[in-house]
Amino acid sequence: MTQDETKFRTGLSVADYPLAEKRPDLVVSARQKDLADLTLEAVEAGAVALEDFRITPRALRLQAEIAEAAGRPTLAKNFERAAELVEVPQGTLLQTYELLRPGRAKSKSELLDAARLLRERYGAAIMADFVEQAAEVYERRGLFTYRF
Amino acid sequence: MSDPDHQSANRWRRFADWDERPLRLDRFAVEDPKNGFAAFKGAKDPAPSLIIENGCVARMDGVAAADFDMIDVFIAEHHLDLDLAPEAMTMPSAEIARMLVDFNIPRTELTRLAHGLTPAKLAEVVAQLSSIEIAYAFSKMRARKTPGNQGHVTNAKDDPLQLAADAATAVAFGFDEIETTMRVARNAWSNALACAVGAAVGRWGTLFQCASEEAEELQIGMAGFTSYAETVSVYGTEKAFMDGDDTPWSKAFLAAAYASRGIKMRCTSGAASELLMGFHEAKSLLYLEARCLCLQRAMGVQGTQNGGIDGAPLASTMPGGVRELMAENLIAVWLDLECATGNDARHSESEIRVGAKILPILIAGSDLICSGFGSILKYDNSFNPSSFNGEEMEDFLVLQRDFEADGGLTSIGESEALALRRRAVDALSAVLDDLNLSQPTEAMKTSVVTASGSNETASYLPRDVSLISEEIKARGINVLDVIRALARRGYREEAENLLNVVRLRVSGDYLQTSAVIRRGHVLSAVNDPNDYAGPGTGYRLSAERRHELAAIRDVLDREEVLRTEATFARDEERRIRYKAIGHAEPGRPENEIVIGISPAFGLKLYRSLAGHPLSAVLHALVQGISAKGGRPRIVRMRHTADTSFLGLSAAGLAGSGIGIGLQAKGTAVIHQAGRLPHHNLELFSNAPITRLAHYRRLGENAATYARGDMPEPVVVPTGGEAMGARYHAQVALIYAIETSLTAEGAKPEEIEIAFLEAGHDSR
Repeated sequence: MTQDETKFRTGLSVADYPLAEKRPDLVVSARQKDLADLTLEAVEAGAVALEDFRITPRALRLQAEIAEAAGRPTLAKNFERAAELVEVPQGTLLQTYELLRPGRAKSKSELLDAARLLRERYGAAIMADFVEQAAEVYERRGLFTYRF
Repeated sequence: MSDPDHQSANRWRRFADWDERPLRLDRFAVEDPKNGFAAFKGAKDPAPSLIIENGCVARMDGVAAADFDMIDVFIAEHHLDLDLAPEAMTMPSAEIARMLVDFNIPRTELTRLAHGLTPAKLAEVVAQLSSIEIAYAFSKMRARKTPGNQGHVTNAKDDPLQLAADAATAVAFGFDEIETTMRVARNAWSNALACAVGAAVGRWGTLFQCASEEAEELQIGMAGFTSYAETVSVYGTEKAFMDGDDTPWSKAFLAAAYASRGIKMRCTSGAASELLMGFHEAKSLLYLEARCLCLQRAMGVQGTQNGGIDGAPLASTMPGGVRELMAENLIAVWLDLECATGNDARHSESEIRVGAKILPILIAGSDLICSGFGSILKYDNSFNPSSFNGEEMEDFLVLQRDFEADGGLTSIGESEALALRRRAVDALSAVLDDLNLSQPTEAMKTSVVTASGSNETASYLPRDVSLISEEIKARGINVLDVIRALARRGYREEAENLLNVVRLRVSGDYLQTSAVIRRGHVLSAVNDPNDYAGPGTGYRLSAERRHELAAIRDVLDREEVLRTEATFARDEERRIRYKAIGHAEPGRPENEIVIGISPAFGLKLYRSLAGHPLSAVLHALVQGISAKGGRPRIVRMRHTADTSFLGLSAAGLAGSGIGIGLQAKGTAVIHQAGRLPHHNLELFSNAPITRLAHYRRLGENAATYARGDMPEPVVVPTGGEAMGARYHAQVALIYAIETSLTAEGAKPEEIEIAFLEAGHDSR
């Protein structure tokens, strides 16, 4: 977590929600555009691309804070896991999902490799722990077996 | 009775009548807990329990940690708050059940408590509530204050023009979310583009989902066409989960993946899916669903669609099945999840069962009353017919009005609907043309605009759509391309509307629990929390919203009645003339029968409820009287408009002592001097089904009574129509016009009538 992100982790409450209306200063697109810049005119002029309409890790972490403040810790954790996945490319994302489905991984090590990739290449530490936990449970429940 | 077959049949034929009712198409099942047919009490439902050792769950709901299946592990690890659980689990279930229906206990206290409760405990608590208590607790516990609704937009041809038109009308009806799916899987991209454009017509903010294969659905979302997903199914037994080809971890990964793409997501669960899939473990519907719901909260999804989704029809075959569906909705909101409350797959062929099922949730309010109201006709619903469909839309609108309950929908006018459909079809056609995808003809477009369903269109067929869809996918067309095309072709408003939905994902505000978009603002459980704390609190209809619910199509008012009557006035002027010739005095002739007409008869009102001109009614009576040797005389009463008193007053003036009372709406009575007012000789109370021949026979009978004989009373046969529903609004308005012309003690007026057209004979 960068120092910048730590700063935003203090003090956000449900009163700051919705961020787009109450705290537009905190909402910046992946290419550093303000919400107010994401206009039809800008789209027509080619000044903004689909990339600018993606959610950012920072926005997800801010939403995690709000969820936590609203008494929804598990939702907050999902947003934190999601924040880690923003930069994971679609292909890797779908491959990891596929590997987590029953019988796709033929051994525990395949899942552990996927966890390592998430941790080392994308800094997705929470998600990596999560996949490692799955590997343990799948082994105990005999999921590394032939299904089709 | 003379039919030999009937005589020999040893059966009360009422059972044969019942056999023919739509209800009997439903098949019901016996309760059989060992085989999974139990709503609340499964053969192997565990007693609630929780043992924590060294900060870890050692035993939960009767299962030791070493024997946990994947679902147990996930719930123990990610749902249970172990600091809270020891206290929460020791509270008696009966006490918690009372807290759920006690408006003095805040919702937030109960949602916090739920973090420490196991599935078996949650199920045990809600099982103690009656149906009305479940509905009441639901209204208190649901997450967002303002209710909403979700609609299906699909058609049997995957026709994009019709999807656009139907999406636009669904938006106008007020659906917060619309959901499409395909007859042919590869048409997903076309469906997505078409609905996205259609939903941008009129206003912005309707969230949109394209239910398709997991990976493709995510790709369509990433291209910006869709804004939510809900086909992430979970199950309450490990084997069912595996046959669903997932695990709690794979689904939780998917949940995070959707959030990472800025797409709202909820899970799907619901009673009886495990039973359908053959892995119920002899556990009850409710207990298995409690596991699903704890799992969903553990995964960190913001919401669920439950209440029996595909399993609703099966759950409803069991005793208490429908109560169970509400109970599982309650557990969902108690766990602080957004809840799209089923009322989706139609659970019965009986319209009474369908209406009864939705009512508790409708009056309780819900984040999304239906997790798929068929906004299109049944045969166009590619998910399967819903509880409510295009056919029953107005029934739902009237239920909202009856109960002053906000089901999220609003009536639309005919011209508005037509204009929106035209606009949507034109906008989509412009996009298809601009992006060089297709060029629909004017005939195709026109056929769609006015079509109620795809049987009536001459538009794209599934194969045409596949070509369009594969082109969209292959060329990587995304939502910004569509927005630019709309803007280039002059659909700037639609371009702005669509862009506004895409822009939602930048801040992610709509990822929070129970988020919908209303009037351009995100409304969720965070900024619109359900704060119900007794009468006068929680969601209440605003004056404006109440007015919207009341404004259904084609309602009567006094001016409408007078306007309609006025259109008959001119015709009646050509048929009859009434001439008042002074106060009416008692007559002498023994065969004289007085017809006492009501105050507005022929003056402000000209037609009976059955649609007969009043001149014709009067003519039939006069002819009947004359035919049996009576002597008719017409008197207008001005002191009363009541049938009985009209008749009795007429009888008092008649030389024979027999009078006929006749109201303008056609209600008629034969009365006799000296009788009690409401103890008449004969009465036609069902004016809407009374024919001229009946009036003639009534006249004949009056003359027969005058001779001192006893005729066969005239019986107007009824087919059991709900006359009150059909006519009482009109009756009350008409009657008020009559009574407004009465004056206390006003004398009866002698009327001379002349029938003016050939065929009428006043003699």
